[in-house]
Formats: sequence, C-alpha cells, structure tokens
Amino acid sequence: MWWLNRSLSSPSNGTVGSLTGMTAATTQSPTLTGTALRGVLAGLAGVDAVGLEARVAKLGTRSLKSDTKRRAIDLAIAMVDLTTLEGADTPSRVRALCAKAWRPDQGDRTTPSVAAVCVYPDLVSVAKEALREAPVLVASVATAFPAGRSSRRVKLADVADAVAAGADEIDMVIDRGAFLSGRYEAVFEEIVAVKEVCGAAHLKVILETGELVTYDNIKKASWLAMVAGADFIKTSTGKVGVNSTLPTALVMLEAVRDYAAQSGTIVGVKVAGGIRTTKDALKYLVLVDETAGSTWLHPETFRFGASALLNDLLLQRRKQHTGTYGRPDVFSGD
Amino acid sequence: MSTTPTTSTPGSLGYAPALESTAIVQLQASYGLFINGGFTNPSAHEQFATLNPATGQSLATVAHATASDVDTAVRSARNAYDTVWSKTSGAERAKYLFRIARLVQERAREFAVLETLDNGKPIRESRDIDVPLAAAHFFYYAGWADKLDYAGFGPAPAPLGVVGQIIPWNFPLLMAAWKLAPALAAGNTCVLKPAETTPLTALLLAEVLQQAELPAGVVNIVSGDGTTGADLVAHPGIDKIAFTGSTDVGRRIQESIAGTPKRLTLELGGKGANIVFDDAPIDEVIEGIIDGIFFNQGHVCCAGSRLLLQESVADEVLSRLRRRVDQLRVGNPLDKNTDVGAINSAEQLARIDELVRAGEREGATRYSLDCVLPNEGFWFAPTVFTNVEQSHQIARDEIFGPVLSVLTFRTPEDAVAKANNTTYGLAAGVWSEKGSRTLWVAQRLRAGVIWANTYNKFDPTSPFGGVRSSGFGREGGRHGLEAYLNV
Repeated sequence: MWWLNRSLSSPSNGTVGSLTGMTAATTQSPTLTGTALRGVLAGLAGVDAVGLEARVAKLGTRSLKSDTKRRAIDLAIAMVDLTTLEGADTPSRVRALCAKAWRPDQGDRTTPSVAAVCVYPDLVSVAKEALREAPVLVASVATAFPAGRSSRRVKLADVADAVAAGADEIDMVIDRGAFLSGRYEAVFEEIVAVKEVCGAAHLKVILETGELVTYDNIKKASWLAMVAGADFIKTSTGKVGVNSTLPTALVMLEAVRDYAAQSGTIVGVKVAGGIRTTKDALKYLVLVDETAGSTWLHPETFRFGASALLNDLLLQRRKQHTGTYGRPDVFSGD
Repeated sequence: MSTTPTTSTPGSLGYAPALESTAIVQLQASYGLFINGGFTNPSAHEQFATLNPATGQSLATVAHATASDVDTAVRSARNAYDTVWSKTSGAERAKYLFRIARLVQERAREFAVLETLDNGKPIRESRDIDVPLAAAHFFYYAGWADKLDYAGFGPAPAPLGVVGQIIPWNFPLLMAAWKLAPALAAGNTCVLKPAETTPLTALLLAEVLQQAELPAGVVNIVSGDGTTGADLVAHPGIDKIAFTGSTDVGRRIQESIAGTPKRLTLELGGKGANIVFDDAPIDEVIEGIIDGIFFNQGHVCCAGSRLLLQESVADEVLSRLRRRVDQLRVGNPLDKNTDVGAINSAEQLARIDELVRAGEREGATRYSLDCVLPNEGFWFAPTVFTNVEQSHQIARDEIFGPVLSVLTFRTPEDAVAKANNTTYGLAAGVWSEKGSRTLWVAQRLRAGVIWANTYNKFDPTSPFGGVRSSGFGREGGRHGLEAYLNV
C-alpha cells in the first residue's frame, strides 16, 4: 500500500515480529505525526458487517475429524495463555496454575504445555519461580488493567514493575476513551512508550473490542497498535460484557495478514474472554487457518486467553485418544 | 526479529475427510410418474438413468413421460382444479402449504443428501441453502394464501387454472418450491416437469405431498427430457407456462405459444456484472466475488460472471482473489468441507470447456486452480480470466460454470456502460461504501435484481426475475403471486 512507506518514517522499526523465537529486540521508537497516522487509518478499506458475519458463519460449518481434530486440539492447548485475574488470587493459587500449565494432564505426559500463564504484576515473581524449568512463559497484565484509567506515569510504572519481576510478556490495555474520541496520536504514543519500557518483553496490546463496538473501529485500532509496535494484538480483557467474538477475530486476523504482506512484520493475535469449549477453540483455528494461514497456526503467533477452556480441551483430547469421555473431575480445577 | 514473512499457507490444518452419510436416502431402482396423487408403475414407461455427476454412476432410472402421460397429468390437474382446489378456501390451502413446509424441514437431511447425489453440489450448500430456502418458500406463500384479496391486485383475484411448470437442474428442489408454492397459494393446480438430469428430489417432494395429504391431482410431476417439456407447453389444457432455463428454450416456448391464450413467465440466463468500486470493503468483496461465481459451481443464472473492477484497485483485488481461489476445496460433494462440487453433466462440462477454449483463443489470460480433480464424474477447476475484452465470447455468452471474466473500468459512467453491454438483464452487484453512488449506479443498471455489497442472496420475500434476454415475470415476494393470478 502506497501510504505505508510514504507516511511512516519507518514502519517496522521498533516492531518485533519473531518467527524464530520469543526473543524481542528493541530499536528506536517509530515516529508518526498525528496527520500521517490519521491518513493511515483513514486509508483502510471499510468492513461490511453483514458480509463479515456471513463469512464467519460459513467457516463455522467446517468439520474437523479424526487426525485433523487431534492435531488441532494439541495446537489449541499449546496456544493457551492460562489466566487468573481475580482480586482473590493467592501465591498458592498461582503455583497450582503454573503446575497445571506445565503438565496440563497429569495422566498423559504427551499433552503439550500451554504457552503462558497470565497473572497480575504482583504475582509475576511467584509464577516465574514456579515455572523456572518449564517451557511456559509468564505474561502479566499491566497499564492499570482492565480499565486503563490512570496517568501515563502510573501505567508505565506498572509495566516496569512487571518487567522487573521477570514477565516475558506484557498485556497492556489501550486508552479506549482517547481512541473513541479520535485522539489516535495519544493512543499511539502510549503504546510506543509502553513498548519502550517493556524492553525484551513481548507486548500484547488489548484493544477491548467490546468497547470499540464497530468492526471498522476494531480494524483501525488493530492497525494503530501494529504501527505503534505491538507484538500481539489482543481482543479483550475478559472484564467487560462483550469479549472475543469470531467476527472480531476475523477482522484482526485480516489485519495482521495484510500488515505482514505490506511491512514484512508478523504480529500475533490473542483472543480472550468467553472461549470455554473445544468447539469454540476449533472454530477460531479454522479462522486462523483460512484467513492468515500457517504462519499464524503457532503459539508464537496465536493465543487463547482462557481458563475454563483448558479442561474442556483436555477432556476432548482424552476422548480422541481413548474413545471415551472421562469425568470432568479427572482434571484439576485450576 | 523477522522482517520478511515466510509464505503463509492457508489450509494447512488439512481437513481430514468429513463425509455426510448417504444412509438416510432410500433410492428406488426405478421411478414412475406422480399423477393424480400416486406413482404410476415404472415398468409402464420407457426409463432413463439419472447419474451422480461426482462419479458418473447411475443412481436410479426414471420414467420418460410421453405426450399421452402428459395428457393424463394435465387432465388430472384440471379435474383436481374443478372439483377440489378451486373450492378450497385460502386458509385451507395455507394449511397444506404449511404442512409441506414443515415436512420439508423434517426431512431436510434426506433432501440435502439426495440433492447432492443427483446434482453434484456440495452438501454444505444443499444443507444450508437449497433445502432451508425451499422450506422458507412454502412457509412464505402459505402466509399469502388467505390474504390474496389484500395483496394489492384488486378484490378477489382469481387463479389461472392449470399451470405447467418446467424447472432447471441447477437448484432442483428449490426451483420446484419457487414454482409450486406461489401457484398453490394462488389456487392453481400444477404439472411440474423436473430437469432430465435431476429429477430425484422432485420425486421425493411428491412423497412429501402424499404425506401432507394434498388432494390428488393438485400437483403432478412428469419426468422426461425436452420433448416432455414441449408436450407440456403444447397441451391445450394448460392455462399458463412458467419456465426457468436457457434463453434459447425460453424463446422457443414463447414462439410456440404465441397466439394462444396461455400465459407465460420466463426466467432465463444471465451474465451478471459484479461491480467493485475503489472504496469497497475489500475482504467482503473477495467473498462476494467467490460466492458470485463459484457458488453451485457457477451453475447459477444470476451468477456474477463478469467482474468489473475499478482500475485503481484492480491489482489488489486480483491478488487477493487469486489467494482466495487457491483456497477453494474442490472434490467429493458429500464432504462437509467441500466448497466446489461436480459439474452437473457431461454435456454441460463440454460447453464450459468449449467456452474456456474460446477465451484462450481470443487472448484472455487464464488462471485455473491447481487442484487434483477426480478421475470419474464431471469436474472443472475454478477459473478466472483476466485481460478480457467486452467483445470476447467469455464476456458475452453465459458459461454457466465456475469461470469468471474480469474487466476493468475507470468511472461510474464507464462501469454502468460496461455492465449494461449485454443482451441479458438478470442480476448485478455493486460494491461501495458510498450509499449515494450505489444508488446512482443501481438506478442505471438494466437488471431485475441488484445486490449492494453482497451477491447471490435469496429470500422468499424478495422478488426475483429478469429483463430483456433474461426473461420476464417475477418469482418470490408479493410480486411472485401475480404470475399465478388473473389480475
């Protein structure tokens, strides 16, 4: 697209899209004037809601059987960010979660570990300690999660805390108020600032799509986050009425696909909130496969932010391998 | 840190086969005709085979109705009209139609599997589109049956009498529903002739009519080829002919009934223009183009077979379109993940092949999906022609297959001129986020159906039909009643 090279000083500077590993690199921050940014966002083609939802409905009829289903379930397990974000979280609860993340099915050691555990900043050190030898990352929400209603200074301090405690990934929230009132530059600058504080940690930018409401907004916010340097764009905090939906995920997958084609940078997608069943998860994987393609069918580039989902995946996995359904009680409730 | 994405291949989940079971369908070895509420003895008729286009194997044999069989069917319809149906109140007729609609829903899977076996279309389409829409048409016209006095055609509009209905092979059950539902709601009795290559779902529908206890003779179904259709058209006891099919045959029908009191509605071919402006929602555009031309293997009279792209976005649309075409899953129609099924007949395959060769000869650039086609049955890989000129045969003739011709334009005036440069006038699509432009273009297009930011969407409440070489008369909606009423 003509404008990407013309109006951005350097589109991929500061963006980290790693295909080869979870190592992050920091370079100078991208700079973009308000007018240029507005131009980028205004240049995006619109989204037709009826057509988008029809496409999702059509892909929803894909039927995953036998070997495909087994592979998809294992992939989905490996893509889970096992999450606990409650005021009542305790160190022991986080340790139990970490054990579960590492070996989700104690009765079947061939089960893959999940991608990461996701906790509040004050519990990052507990999780790091518990996961020392495990191939599981620690993600932390930050920037006054979930509302994002604090000063920039407080948000950055929140991020710095989590990073100092050893977080591998930071899940930040954007300033929805600024976005909805058209102050795109403010949102952009904040992402850039957070990215800087993240250092080597990967940055996931939560758009809170339930508050952005329209697909056009979701598409704009996705691009805004990507040009500002997000490593992942993430749908939701899980704390509002509307969380991840399939059409929302489709818009974001189209955005990362197109951004990669134009800038050469791979940005991941994380869907979060309300995904509880294997059936749901497989529908998301079909969207990923048929929209963005194989590059995104990987825990480095696609994640499920979830807690209850994991047990259903494990139940279905056992069903695939043994032919019978186990009792849900077989798996720990963490 | 990666700067260049490796090629990202869609479809790498590699769906394992997910076949719909055919156990639900009980095929008979041979079928008779459905006349006066019952099936005639198959052995009393000359039989012809109906094939599964995906394998080329025979599914069953079906009776070939002779002129004398057609005569029996028309007399039975006339008798049912005179003695029962014309005396049945609208509310009573509605009860039968509601009953038929519910039975079609109840037996939906059976209809879907049989349609896919006989027609070659993917099970996803017969299951999610053909059968639900067929039921919806019966439901919709059931609602009109007792309200005809208030439909805007004046007080007490009268039925026409006995109607002869000839339907095509591309949507066998759905076309039967489009024809029968409004005719019955309006109080007519019918003689329906299904297409030669796809008679089975109409015969299953006959079973449903029996189950619904529709009075004998109200609907008669006579299978056969073009000669049976000609016998039906020529029969003096017919008050109206409704035909869906090719423009050539439609023209012959119109000639043959000229000077008779028979009424006529024709739904014929098309060469639909799908017009994409530079401000269109591009991802949905791609899906719309795909649905426009590859839905039902392109065996759709209103298919968006001419894609008109604004020059400024042509390259981007084409590169995205190619990526999407590469994702199409062509193969066993019974696989739930199949996108494009089999071509309906060897004859149709030959015609598609011939026109595609003409396109190559005339210098258009061909791109066909690189896929492995089954050895048996009738198949054609989804194909896109670029560098197509308006004078090319592939831009003028209806191909009726999975073949898209792409042209470009510069201004809205240019788009309208190119879209209208056809003898047909069935359907068109306009893609733009700008409502005023969409309306400006739509007002200037010569087509019976115009879709905005979508394509190939059907609904029983919406009238459908063409102008010029695409025929006349409307099916669906309130307008669809007019074709079966003396107004």
